[in-house]
Amino acid sequence: MFVLVVGGGKVGYYLAKELIDSGHECVLMEKDRGRADTIRDEIGSVVIAQDGCEGKYLREAGANRADIVAAVTGDDEDNLVICQMAKHHFDVPRTIARVNNPKNERLFRHLGVDEIISPTRMILGSIEQDIPVHELLHLAALGEGELEIIEAHLQPGSPAIGRVAGELRVPSGCSLFGVIRNGAPTPLRSDTILAEGDKVIAIGRPDCEVELREQLIGEHEEV
Amino acid sequence: MKAVIVGCGRVGAGLADALDRAGWQVLIIDRTTAAFDRLPSTFGGTALRGDGTDEDTLRRAGAEGADLFLAMTEGDNRNIMAAQLGVEAFGAVRTLAKINDPVRAEAYALLGIATLCRTNLMETAVLAFLGQDAGERPGIFLPGATHTHPLGAGPASTTEA
Repeated sequence: MFVLVVGGGKVGYYLAKELIDSGHECVLMEKDRGRADTIRDEIGSVVIAQDGCEGKYLREAGANRADIVAAVTGDDEDNLVICQMAKHHFDVPRTIARVNNPKNERLFRHLGVDEIISPTRMILGSIEQDIPVHELLHLAALGEGELEIIEAHLQPGSPAIGRVAGELRVPSGCSLFGVIRNGAPTPLRSDTILAEGDKVIAIGRPDCEVELREQLIGEHEEV
Repeated sequence: MKAVIVGCGRVGAGLADALDRAGWQVLIIDRTTAAFDRLPSTFGGTALRGDGTDEDTLRRAGAEGADLFLAMTEGDNRNIMAAQLGVEAFGAVRTLAKINDPVRAEAYALLGIATLCRTNLMETAVLAFLGQDAGERPGIFLPGATHTHPLGAGPASTTEA
């Protein structure tokens, strides 16, 4: 597998190092010459001291035969352009972008970036799992972001507690497909009685959220 | 008619003033307030400090439904991202992004964004001044005629530009 990594910060550096260690072919582009020299001393001659946003240098780095381009610079706009140039100019089959502003995920997906990694979102998700939040938790986006996997943690005050799943008014474009009770996943049947502490997993369009929240979370309580 | 301009440099400020005088409703955004000193005191539009590649900032600024979206900052990639946000998230009817790298300027025109390439404009001007043939160096790349909205699945509104 030939992976072209753009951005020689901490993420790019360790990524390239791991890829080389596991036997993949890898080229790392870092536009800062000093930084590029430092990395070259450590991981060898696979470092190119050029701007990966420029078509000319992407070609020189072998973008046209890359299986994957991973754009991991610290700037969202650069990562977007790197992936779009790779995708549309060099026909790279798979592009991965690091995104700092989680709000950019949707735009990037819409603009054709194959995979979007948001460290901010991941840390946020991890924090949200630890604190009681009266909100829906986004677990993943499917396809081009038109569907989302959502978790609703039923806490005291939820109108769904004690009701059978079949009675819930589930918005169209949305489906409840499982429940995690005491850590064990079970399919959600229409006769399942929902209980406090249940985590209901739903799959649906982002615009279903408001109704879903009303049904499963209830009125937002100020804490 | 509503115009959103991202980047209040000489070009951005000049265009903001010109469109304002021509009766447009103008909204100009820059990351530094000092940049707005370039606007004349007669400017009747809105000047807002913020990041023009941030969807929330643009939304708060009222970028929704702009007739014209001009991305004129000093960063090629910032302009590319702002212009695509203008089209995809705010439904701008016409967009123009300043991209100084001729390769990217042409590539994004093929993706449906009209682009302005200062490098080509200046090279052409200088070669003409020297009386030499400038060859094919378009200052503005129009969106590709065969545009099939390769940017995503949304409306192909960029083809109207």
